[in-house]
Amino acid sequence: MKWDTCDPSEQYLLHLGDDALVLGHRLSEWCGHGPILEEDIALSNLALDLVGLARQYYQLAAKRIGAGTTEDQLAYWRGERDFKNHVLVEQPNGDFADTMARQFLFDAFHLLQLEAIEQSNDAELAAIARKALKETTYHAQHSAEWIVRMGDGTDESHRRISSALLRIWPFTGEFFLPAEVDRLAAARGLGPDVQSLREPWLELVREVIAKAQLSLPVMPQKLLRGKSGIHSESLGFLLAEMQSLPRAYPDAQW
Amino acid sequence: MSAPDQWPLWEVFVRSRNGLSHKHFGSLHAPDADMALKNARDVYTRRSEGTSIWVVQSSNIVASAPDAKEVLFTPSDDKVYRHPTFYQIPDEVGHM
Repeated sequence: MKWDTCDPSEQYLLHLGDDALVLGHRLSEWCGHGPILEEDIALSNLALDLVGLARQYYQLAAKRIGAGTTEDQLAYWRGERDFKNHVLVEQPNGDFADTMARQFLFDAFHLLQLEAIEQSNDAELAAIARKALKETTYHAQHSAEWIVRMGDGTDESHRRISSALLRIWPFTGEFFLPAEVDRLAAARGLGPDVQSLREPWLELVREVIAKAQLSLPVMPQKLLRGKSGIHSESLGFLLAEMQSLPRAYPDAQW
Repeated sequence: MSAPDQWPLWEVFVRSRNGLSHKHFGSLHAPDADMALKNARDVYTRRSEGTSIWVVQSSNIVASAPDAKEVLFTPSDDKVYRHPTFYQIPDEVGHM
């Protein structure tokens, strides 16, 4: 089945949904493996919030694509190249510091992105963003609290979060590198010009990094094209696991 | 920050609705008060049970000793006059 759509609003919804679904799936991998019970539940909550958000984007996309398309088809029957998520969100969990570094840098971007989409001239899309902003504000507080506690914690926690930030940092450039889907969305007033989010994002990140006694990584960004369907090797494995059940049992019902 | 097994225990009190008082919901571990509040939100209010949360470090709670039960509580057993049931409430007062 071919899911490539050339309608900008459908493309944009898939891009947004893919970010939420892929990161939500990554976080769900922590379920039962969290460092402590309380954090295990917190990570599962984040995962559920994001999967719920993905569903809203996919439901709207499916409605617009029409021809009997369903949210499940969009989640489970598209291939790696059809996924338009940022390469950052598909990166493996690593240890707790890696997961929190990834989460913190994404949450700050996600907040700004949703605030901009709340002003979208697509009313249905704006409504999804408005609802998601509340939980995303919590996600951003939660991950920022952990960055501060690890950075300003023990020698080992400081060392781990520093190297986690260094590892994930080069993936953040893609947030602000406009792909076709961003350009079309911005041109039609669906979403922000992503380049304009860079400075406010740096400001949010810098504030927490300073409070955490860490330093802002200074290193070149990777040139990534996840938003155009070119992914790292990690996404294929993630999709293989996530999609295996509906593909093995296409008639399976909840 | 100490290891999770050394994190203090916190007691969580949740107000389910405006007008009700905070009720003890359970306990959890957290490194500090801010994280205790966040953990409480995730552990105890994820099915929209609450409108307000209190957390207090368990070590700050002073509890009566179980073996002081008789001294503290049995003397009131035979003092039924302490219950305000011996006078009439005028109808105009309504529900108290």
